[in-house]
Amino acid sequence: MKAAATNYYKADSVDHALSLSASLGGMAKYLAGGQSLLPMMNLRLAMPEALIDISGLAALREVRLLENGLFIGAGVTHAMIEDGRVPEYGAGFLQHVAGGIAYRSIRNQGTVGGSLVHADPSADWSTALLALNATAVIRSDAGIRHVPLGTFQTGLMETSLEESEVLLGVLLPILSVRTRWAYRKFCYKVGELAHSLAAVVIDPEHELALAVVGAAADTPYVLPRVSASLRVGLHADAVALPSFTQLVEADLAEGTSHEPASYEFHLHKTIITRAVSEALTK
Amino acid sequence: MKTITLVINGEASTDKVEDRLSLADFLRDQRNLTGLHLGCEHGVCGACTVLVDDEPVRSCITLAAAVDGKTVRTVEGFEQDPTMAVIRECFSAAHGLQCGYCTPGMVLTVRDMLKRQKCATQQQIRIELSGNLCRCTGYSGIVKAVEMARDRLAGETNQQAK
Repeated sequence: MKAAATNYYKADSVDHALSLSASLGGMAKYLAGGQSLLPMMNLRLAMPEALIDISGLAALREVRLLENGLFIGAGVTHAMIEDGRVPEYGAGFLQHVAGGIAYRSIRNQGTVGGSLVHADPSADWSTALLALNATAVIRSDAGIRHVPLGTFQTGLMETSLEESEVLLGVLLPILSVRTRWAYRKFCYKVGELAHSLAAVVIDPEHELALAVVGAAADTPYVLPRVSASLRVGLHADAVALPSFTQLVEADLAEGTSHEPASYEFHLHKTIITRAVSEALTK
Repeated sequence: MKTITLVINGEASTDKVEDRLSLADFLRDQRNLTGLHLGCEHGVCGACTVLVDDEPVRSCITLAAAVDGKTVRTVEGFEQDPTMAVIRECFSAAHGLQCGYCTPGMVLTVRDMLKRQKCATQQQIRIELSGNLCRCTGYSGIVKAVEMARDRLAGETNQQAK
């Protein structure tokens, strides 16, 4: 199918993008990689009156190692991370996640920011970066604000980004080289959006221990009991015990609407358990 | 309407395009480069693969307006490319195509895979090619063609090094 008529604008700076958006009365969509937006436009699930192309903005492709974390610009593509063109971070976690997204030609265009703002709970970065306790860095004419990623994602395909704002990037906390992590997806076909995904990141040096499940609810879900057990030093051998299984089941029952006897519930339970096991045996 | 200036298969080109026009439709309909094919028009089949600034992209989910100032290479632009010549011979020898609809997208993707050295094993080849769908071959001939091309190109590199 062909996209509906639209008006294309190219922004030459972040300020220009913001002012264009304001002048278009909030009827424009930002276009970064377009790998989520254009399929929707071709299927006419999205028919924006205007597109503001921000893909050429160097300011959105900045990657900076700061004292309090690694800042990754919203316009950084998955391929840039896959190819190791950003600083080594989290013992290979980012690179691993990036390399598993869709297909290479998608990764050459698709961006971290685009994925986060599209907010598909089955997509990779929303779940993976939540397990890092990342922060969304948001820009408007008023300046910059920071929002924890868990608060940024408000619902299915929804974020707390205001009409007058654009996502500048994400700030990932400093991780030690001894960080243990695992990232598991379940797909029938390589490259499709996952039917279940689990991200586990454990870094006692920075008091970080999070297990997140994606594609299970409207947004990725931080598993409270599983994360707590990781924080107090759950041992790899304990993962196979019923006591741990009950934690996973309780978290899924609380955070998702899947019936415990359902296939989906079992799938999520399995993927979460595998991810935890993998992280703990590193 | 937008005016775009780009380099297509080595030649500079200035064109007027509708804002909503995909790069795929622009290349096929306005530039008569019908080597790329439309299979799904939402980015999952890979038949529309072209190179933009040397990287494979899905032209069906790229706007023509958005490639202003860039370099585009379609399968037609590889007539003189020695690597592509090897790939094509191997696809032919290993029955890597039947109807040929997926083939331009396949060979461009394979060329990129070889460049990035992502053809070490059958499993890796299959994973890297998972974004290119073929309805005819069942893929085994394609995988064989990639292995054949990889080995031939490695052999040729060794020859040159000697």
